[in-house]
Amino acid sequence: MPVSPEQVRHIAKLARIRMSDEELDRLLPELNNILGWVEQLEEVDTDGVEPLTAVIDLKLRLRDDVVTEGNIRDEVLANAPEAQHGFFAVPKVIE
Amino acid sequence: MTELISKTIAELRDGFRSGEFRAREIAESFNAAVAAARTLNAYTVETPEDARSAADAADKARGSGELLPLAGIPLGIKDLFATHGVDTTAGSRILKGFRPPYESTVSGNLRKAGAGMLGKLNMDEFAMGSSNETSTYGPVISPWRRKGSNVGLTPGGSSGGSACAVAAQIAPGATGTDTGGSIRQPAAFAGICGIKPTYGRCSRWGIVAFASSLDQAGPMAKSVRDCAILLEAMAGFDPKDSTSLDLPVPNWEASLSGDLRGKRVGIPKEYRIEGVPLEIDALWDRGIEWLKDAGATPVEISLPHTKYALPTYYIIAPAEASSNLARYDGVRYGLRVTGSDGLDGMYSATRSEGFGAEVKRRIMIGTYVLSAGFYDAYFTKAQKVRALIKRDFRKAFEQCDVILTPTAPSAAFGIGETTDPLAMYLNDVFAVPASLAGLPAMSVPGGVDDQGLPLGLHLIGKELDEQGVLNAGLAIEERAQFTARPEKWW
Repeated sequence: MPVSPEQVRHIAKLARIRMSDEELDRLLPELNNILGWVEQLEEVDTDGVEPLTAVIDLKLRLRDDVVTEGNIRDEVLANAPEAQHGFFAVPKVIE
Repeated sequence: MTELISKTIAELRDGFRSGEFRAREIAESFNAAVAAARTLNAYTVETPEDARSAADAADKARGSGELLPLAGIPLGIKDLFATHGVDTTAGSRILKGFRPPYESTVSGNLRKAGAGMLGKLNMDEFAMGSSNETSTYGPVISPWRRKGSNVGLTPGGSSGGSACAVAAQIAPGATGTDTGGSIRQPAAFAGICGIKPTYGRCSRWGIVAFASSLDQAGPMAKSVRDCAILLEAMAGFDPKDSTSLDLPVPNWEASLSGDLRGKRVGIPKEYRIEGVPLEIDALWDRGIEWLKDAGATPVEISLPHTKYALPTYYIIAPAEASSNLARYDGVRYGLRVTGSDGLDGMYSATRSEGFGAEVKRRIMIGTYVLSAGFYDAYFTKAQKVRALIKRDFRKAFEQCDVILTPTAPSAAFGIGETTDPLAMYLNDVFAVPASLAGLPAMSVPGGVDDQGLPLGLHLIGKELDEQGVLNAGLAIEERAQFTARPEKWW
């Protein structure tokens, strides 16, 4: 089932990617092409097959809830586009 | 000094140990070669000081006896690996200027083994691509050219900078990562070796995440032996990666043997696909003969879900990518573009300008297949087919010990020649099934096509049987006698 321009707009909003009308026009046939191609999976009989989430048999380990590395606030903030008073700074959210 | 850059890692290591040359000479030879090859666009950052200081430490240690396994060896590091204090951008504009305050486990392991770093290697943006054309730094240009032609060729991707660097002798070896062929396809295009180990062998910690259930690091180098040497240093249990395998690292180099007597080599009939050049099928047949000559018995096997591997991959990988790449929001690192409408506007403006076209395409696909109403039809369905693909391999390995196929359906193509996304995805048709099943797989050069471009043979092994893959690779290497080298034009 092909996706509509409205759906693509909605997906772009969910993905937080601003998209111009020209970009959207270009993307729409590409997405439909790719989705049409992956839809061939419908032919495969998967009744009773468990979805595979991990390729190796592995129990997820729990670790102790302790700080192993820390006190590097300024090193971490050095990469921030904007930092103030030891925090990440973002545009005003509440007026 | 040109003779030093043409040596394998094993030769450099042994020559350094025997006192034939100093580590400093090795580092300076490669530093000079790197600086003289900028036309290839293989490196995004050059770190000659790093290579030099590791070399000096190696030279100093040589006097005192105890030497680290990679003492004296400088390496190229794919830009996907976080390197302490050195720009790490995953080939993306959105990570511009990011200098990690930490080192990835794999690159840290190489450092602990004594290796120095020549620089960071160019790659497709977030490892999404098969030609290195999606990098924000522009494409890497392969050192190889078609006979009598000046057309720029791609080195493959996404580890294209790594493949180019090894083939052009501006690194003796390099790290790569492989999500759906990103080590093996460029290795084949560049006429070098590259191995993706079993999922979980190499820690993913500190590697910029693309599709976490598939991503694996591995080495790319001139020879099978060099791959074994590097993989031993890269692999190992890491508590910081929840999917890291808690197993000892085998002595892959010491156990190398091209004697395949008693081994059965599976030849999957579904990998004979239409549209693949005859030369590739012919090389595959030669590969079968080489393995027979090494003592192995070929057996025809069936992997019935092969044709569904690529569509499965192009649901699962974008889905995981859309989730992993949600972190690039302009708040904590990298690019920030301030939009007109507050915080939300900043997110979407930053992501719109920070990501390239292919990355956006995959985030959109991934977001769609995970969205309400479509999740089961696409994502759960793909996970079920993935289970069947894994089951195919399990059954096949009851009849054989290792599987032989071609690595890629073509030789290297020209930059700008493949513009359709789907056509680009088909590059990984032979590589993706092993990724979906988490199996170790390797590309070894087998020969050249009639244009003089390298072609690779692909070996897939049982879970944890990197040794079987390396040994079959060695048997091919010994018989293929691949000595073709790109003629220096850069």
